[in-house]
Amino acid sequence: MTTPLSLPADFDKPDSLQRRHLLKLMAASIALGAAGCSGPSPEKILPYVHSPEYAVPGEAIFYATALQLGSYARGVLVKNVDGRPIKVEGNPLHPASFGGTDIFAQARILDLWDPTRSQSIIHNTQPSSYASIQDALNVQLKSLEEAHGAGLRILTRTICSPVMANQLHEILNRYPQARWHQYDPLHDDHTFDATQRLFGKSLQPLFHFDVAERIVTFDADFLQGGPASVRYARDFSMLRNPDHGTMSRVFAIESTPGLIGAAADERIALTPFEIELLIRRLAKRFDVLGEINAAADSSATHITGFESKLVSELTQYRGKCVLVPGSRLSVDAHALVHELNIKLAATDHCLQFIEPVEARAENHINSLSSLCTDMATGKVNTLLILDGNPVYDAPSDFNFAQCLKAVPFSLHLAMYRNETSMRCNWHIPQTHEFEHWSDLRAFDGTTSIVQPLLAPLYNGCSPHRLLSWLLPPSLESAYDIVRQFYQHNYTESDFEHHWKTSLHNGMIAGSAAAPVNVTSLLNTSHKYSTLKINPSNNLTLIFSADDSVRDGEYANNAWLQELPRPLSKLTWDNAAIMNPLSAANLHVDTGQLIEITTAHGSIIAPVWIQPGHAEHCVTLHLGYGRTAGVNIATTIGFNAYTLRRSDDMWNTGIISIKHVEGIHVFANTQEHARMIGRDLVRSATFAEFLKTPKFATAKPEQRVPDESLYKDYPYDGYRWAMTINLNACIGCNACTIACQAENNIPSVGKQQVQLGREMHWIRVDRYYTGDEKTLRTDFQPVPCMHCERAPCEEVCPVGATVHDSEGINVQVYNRCVGTRFCSNNCPYKVRRFNFLQYANNSVESIKALQNPDVTVRQRGVMEKCNYCLQRITRARIEADRLGRRIHDGEVVTACQAACPTSAISFGDLNDPQAQLHQSKSSPRNYSLLAELNTRPRTTYLARVINSMTTPLQPGDSS
Amino acid sequence: MNPLPPDNSNSSAELPAHWSYTTISDKISDLVLRRRNRWPWLIAFGCAFTVMLVFFGACIYLFKTGVGIWGVNIPVAWGFAISNFVWWIGIGHAGTFISAVLLLLRQRWRGSINRFAEAMTLFAAGIAGIFPILHLGRPWFFYWLIPYPDVMNLWPQWRSPLVWDIFAISTYLIVSLLFWYMGLIPDLATLRDRAKSRSKQLIYGLFALGWRGEARHWARYEKAYLLIAGLATALVVSVHSVVSLDFAIGNTPGYHSTLFPPYFVAGALFSGFAMVLTIAIPLRHFFALHDFITVRHLENAAKILLATGWLVAYGYAAEIFMAYYSGEQFEMYEVHDRMTGAYSPLFWTLLVCNVLVPQILWWRKARRSVVVLFIMSLFVNLGMWLERFVIVVSSLHRDFLPSSWGIFIPTRWDWIHFVGSIGMFIALFLLFVRLLPAISIFEMREQVHESSQARKS
Repeated sequence: MTTPLSLPADFDKPDSLQRRHLLKLMAASIALGAAGCSGPSPEKILPYVHSPEYAVPGEAIFYATALQLGSYARGVLVKNVDGRPIKVEGNPLHPASFGGTDIFAQARILDLWDPTRSQSIIHNTQPSSYASIQDALNVQLKSLEEAHGAGLRILTRTICSPVMANQLHEILNRYPQARWHQYDPLHDDHTFDATQRLFGKSLQPLFHFDVAERIVTFDADFLQGGPASVRYARDFSMLRNPDHGTMSRVFAIESTPGLIGAAADERIALTPFEIELLIRRLAKRFDVLGEINAAADSSATHITGFESKLVSELTQYRGKCVLVPGSRLSVDAHALVHELNIKLAATDHCLQFIEPVEARAENHINSLSSLCTDMATGKVNTLLILDGNPVYDAPSDFNFAQCLKAVPFSLHLAMYRNETSMRCNWHIPQTHEFEHWSDLRAFDGTTSIVQPLLAPLYNGCSPHRLLSWLLPPSLESAYDIVRQFYQHNYTESDFEHHWKTSLHNGMIAGSAAAPVNVTSLLNTSHKYSTLKINPSNNLTLIFSADDSVRDGEYANNAWLQELPRPLSKLTWDNAAIMNPLSAANLHVDTGQLIEITTAHGSIIAPVWIQPGHAEHCVTLHLGYGRTAGVNIATTIGFNAYTLRRSDDMWNTGIISIKHVEGIHVFANTQEHARMIGRDLVRSATFAEFLKTPKFATAKPEQRVPDESLYKDYPYDGYRWAMTINLNACIGCNACTIACQAENNIPSVGKQQVQLGREMHWIRVDRYYTGDEKTLRTDFQPVPCMHCERAPCEEVCPVGATVHDSEGINVQVYNRCVGTRFCSNNCPYKVRRFNFLQYANNSVESIKALQNPDVTVRQRGVMEKCNYCLQRITRARIEADRLGRRIHDGEVVTACQAACPTSAISFGDLNDPQAQLHQSKSSPRNYSLLAELNTRPRTTYLARVINSMTTPLQPGDSS
Repeated sequence: MNPLPPDNSNSSAELPAHWSYTTISDKISDLVLRRRNRWPWLIAFGCAFTVMLVFFGACIYLFKTGVGIWGVNIPVAWGFAISNFVWWIGIGHAGTFISAVLLLLRQRWRGSINRFAEAMTLFAAGIAGIFPILHLGRPWFFYWLIPYPDVMNLWPQWRSPLVWDIFAISTYLIVSLLFWYMGLIPDLATLRDRAKSRSKQLIYGLFALGWRGEARHWARYEKAYLLIAGLATALVVSVHSVVSLDFAIGNTPGYHSTLFPPYFVAGALFSGFAMVLTIAIPLRHFFALHDFITVRHLENAAKILLATGWLVAYGYAAEIFMAYYSGEQFEMYEVHDRMTGAYSPLFWTLLVCNVLVPQILWWRKARRSVVVLFIMSLFVNLGMWLERFVIVVSSLHRDFLPSSWGIFIPTRWDWIHFVGSIGMFIALFLLFVRLLPAISIFEMREQVHESSQARKS
């Protein structure tokens, strides 16, 4: 083994030139199908001699690939301009996308170009080289081979890549004594444990919300944060359009407010214990469970009303309803919910079970636990950690960092030199998903080939390549490894065609998993444990994945950090979240620092008061308090993992909460949460809607004035307009971040957000109505309204914001001098100002990220939504070239494209065939602040809630 | 010549009998030509000049970094810069009012205060003119607001009140400068004639434009002065009316009000006269000008203050009344927020300063007490600044969509620019009193004539 004391020759060489050179050649490398090799390319990359026919400089090319979330694939199309991937769109063919994307897919492009990604191999704090690590590993492997692999351990995150699973199995065959462990801090262990118990084998549920007329969620926010969320949100929205005459009804039972709670028609906030109790009561009502612990049963009387509603609805909608268990529920609760699902015939249409998509569905706690035990007892001499960050996110009782010290040879492959890398002997920079060949399976089993979009920017190594080092040398590159795997498994003769089609479509046709008939497998003989009574007055601590950084994986992503969390509108922080009543009982207010003590230790956290949160519990979001591997987030938040133990992964009892000196200043983007009687989000119950479809514009005070001093503009060509369907909007923020990626919108940092200077062109406003018991949450995405009588246009002294001939209120950055009068005069406050030089134009890689069709704004100019003018222009050029008008649907704005529920419609009002007319002519169509006579182009479709009781009107309380 | 002891018994604006043409000329020109710099002036100027330099430094930093160094944000995109602008331009009103309007109304007593009041106007309006430029996101393009034939054929956007502003303020600045300079010409000639050093003779001589005091000169001079006075009178009303349109044209509740033009003009006179008092009182004290700036002058200024104060108070009342009378929820909320919201302490303070405190002027004793007037004038200055701030900021911070409500908290740079501009004003004024006659010599001479006539009759 070599321990380089001096720097290798190629280290730290300013490689920007080299990289730029690479960038130039990237298109060529893709054309040659050779870009997939990770690390320094073994192949020669040559510039074009003859340019490929399709590669037109400046024209975007879209490549289909897949991005992982929790290791599951979501199909995406990546926009490449001159060899630079700059934007992620959903893959309309892929079942986990159908065109929509979530915030993580959109933000992933920023990680690719992140200049702070790990860029070199590190051996115990010293920079090293691939040659050194391979030498070192070979020495290690030689001795391992003699011991049949005893002492060799590989720790991965969840594996949904068949190729990688195959490689791992080959390694295990070669080293029979070696072990492969998995750990993912957010892994849904209980689902697999419960299905194991119910059906004798691990199975994975697949929900069909597009046919479920009654949906009951138990602490399960399927609209957000999961690998199937985009698809589920889309399915869910299918039955949520009241204009079609029917609507599903959603009952959300949750502790921490989530998107499903906001979308729900009936919602109740319960503590984790009460949720478990409610499930048992329902199980008892439907004869799934015999008796409930009487003491426990009597401890929560306030849920009986909700329970009887549920029982009557579920009985009535047998076969058309589905119950969704959240991953935080106990194994018992999971099993009971699925037994109920079978009992209520949900498995007829609304629910299917498939063989797990994961290569090895297992309980990750047990897997990691056995690894830690072996590490501590010195049984592990070689540990390879592929991705993940167990030092930071393993259960605190495992003491992973301590165990790691007993391992003589440890290696960590990761995109950032994080906490785990710091404690391993070796750190190898990992390739981004856009830099390597691989494959991934989606939530329903559909397999996608992950294809690279450029050669690795930072000397990265793909996990396949790393694993191949443990196998006899055969294949050169990850490309060969992946291709040959599929070639090997393909029985037909036309593999080349199959391969090309699969790459082109971003998925392998027919690869979705087949449903398993569970009724025959169901075993009802197992016993449920007695529900333990929650000691009264005891607060419960709930752990939750952060809406933006998840388990900490995305902590270095400034777009995600700055994206307001859907409910709290917090950015750049986590907090001890509790409801107003709990806060009042504890005599704390927002920002107050408290010390939370559990049986496992204590933590200091600032309080955030969140309406709609269950009483008697406090939520802590994971993913903050990082100490390494993040450059933008080391000083923010606190690390909730320190309280998380293997036996209480999701919630634990709080022993005490003490005040601590000091006030924390949050950076939140919406300070006021109520509509104070203003007619902003207009809503009605489904019954009211059926009676008065035009409820949103029926009242006399909702009259729209039509007088004006100015003449109407003539529109001979196009007349662009937008509608936003508030019934479809789930508040997921995908639009905001898609817009950020499309329009080169800079992130400004926590301090600037605190000052009120966030730059998002489309924000999602969140309003509350009602008191804690009846709380309703409304979301309202607000882009520029493109007013026909735009107040901003009238006051700009230099004509920097003008009405164009197609009705778009355009902002001329070149002309703007920055008086900010337009922003003052904008009633919707959608204008954003570059108070300082926010756009980063000094870092090469960030320059490469920018959309070349959109100006990067200088400080001192105003900016705002322009209906993705660059996309309209692209379509216009294409249409002009063909001598026709722009077709309907040809221009899709970034927000519209990303929206998983198609809440945003956009089109040309002058085109009589435009789909947009459908939503514009909806009875629910209304203009925001129409009374000001601004005549917005962007209008809203009012919200309809299928509640069983009359909802409160806005403004009933302050 | 030794300064005379103050004569507190003098209740008229007329000059005491011992002032002759010569002594008047001696007294006033000596302030410029002979008087040695004394410690109080040097200290005051040193301090003010330092603050002015800090202001310039802060401006350079601002240009380099951007307006983000201030506390402005979205929704409160206008902050101190605009408050300061409106405040200073308001202060710049009294000078022209005194010089022009009172000249046309034949208020002879104005003679002893118009010169420095005009200087005050000029400096205040000049400083006011700086702030909108500092306020810009890209100040190096400020000239885009001015109509000039550029190669791209781009013109300003004429519907914007900011363009009207450019015209209103630049016209006002030019006319004020002309008016002030014209008034100075005979006095510059006096200084030229009395200056001992060659350089002073040259400089004053150059600016005196060859004035020889011929009857022909005087005849034309009087006519021209009257004409400009007529022109300036209209500007007294127009400037602040146009400035008020910056707000009134906007649709923000708290801005959007037809009341604004007269309300702003009244406020401008109110703050202008307060500043006249703030300046006149120390000036007459330190330079022993009690015989020229008499208690009657101060009392007259106090009366105008009281009158305009009531106009302003009427404006406040009308604003609140109209909001509720309109039945507009946004307007009503805005007024409610002004009275109870985050900035309500400032609102109530401004009411105390601008409405309550000036009521002391109903008492003759107070009107004639130099100390009371000085303190009161400071209150009014503060109150008027707060008024501008409350209009600019509290209207913006909570407008139509509660989701976008925010708060403006001034940063240290906001304060540096505000205090720095005051320092600049003081420094300029201190220079003015040492370089030019702070009181019109020739008009004082006229008063010697008139006073002796009056005594004779």
